[in-house]
Amino acid sequence: MGIISSLKESLGTWINRIFKKKRAKIGLYGPPNAGKTTLANRILHDWCEGESLGEASPIPHETRRAMRREGVVINANGSSIELDIVDTPGMATKVDFKEFMAFGLSEAESKKRAKEATEGVIEAIKWLDDLDGVLLVMDSTEDPYTQVNVVVIGNMEARKLPLLIVANKMDLPNASPARIKAAFPQHAMVSISALEGSNIDNLYQAIAAHFG
Amino acid sequence: MDLISGEKLEKMTSMEKIRLILDKVKKGKIVVLECGLTSDEEVRLIEMTMTEIRVDEFSGIEIESYPSKKEGSFLDKIFGRALKGRMTVIGPANQLRTIEKDKYQISTKVSVGD
Repeated sequence: MGIISSLKESLGTWINRIFKKKRAKIGLYGPPNAGKTTLANRILHDWCEGESLGEASPIPHETRRAMRREGVVINANGSSIELDIVDTPGMATKVDFKEFMAFGLSEAESKKRAKEATEGVIEAIKWLDDLDGVLLVMDSTEDPYTQVNVVVIGNMEARKLPLLIVANKMDLPNASPARIKAAFPQHAMVSISALEGSNIDNLYQAIAAHFG
Repeated sequence: MDLISGEKLEKMTSMEKIRLILDKVKKGKIVVLECGLTSDEEVRLIEMTMTEIRVDEFSGIEIESYPSKKEGSFLDKIFGRALKGRMTVIGPANQLRTIEKDKYQISTKVSVGD
């Protein structure tokens, strides 16, 4: 059995090399409400026949468990890359249940959400050990100098893993992708609207170039 | 507010630094680290903070440092000179609030009493 599975693996590797199909496990990271799940859904919509990965919501910490979709094949720049996409819960240094009550959730619901959100942050951190690269999703209307952004970038630099910054929500009037570029000039950045799909082809080209 | 010297931090293990910071912050202190933490220590601090969050007692931390410098110079690499960590301020989320931050300056508001 061991020899057969080893042969299968080798054959798969050679086929991938011949057809230039590469594979990478990519994590979508960022603060809560940056649009990670909206982007994951956009990628799946475009390349997996309209599938979606999770539900997006204006209430922070809607994604409280990491969700993974294997085998997302993206074709760009004349080559093909197969991605395992991991949509991670929003990273934060604080979680206050009162924040959720402001969105109309009951106290009990808010406390439950806060507990699950803290577990989600831990899960997102654990995933950092098991990735080939990161799409760091930032809200272009917000201050980019958050510690979550600084920590994720610092970690990827220390691990020498590829990182692509996605300046999301460029459709909003007060969006400023230039502010993000000025904050982290050493990293490649693509500005998009995951919600509307604007500039998304440039993102796919950048993904193929960075992670392929 | 406690200012902790780089010399003291250098002698501590990562876990000792994280425990020291969290113990102080949970008592309501603002901690300023002269040389900051490594990126791995920062992520472990966030992880540990999440395990210690309790409703109505501790809602987490506010932590601020400058973005890292990319890499040392060619000479730094040849002579094995490591980049020093950046000054970092950490406090309870309900008492320390960042007003403005850029590459060169962090402005924060500290509330005394809650």
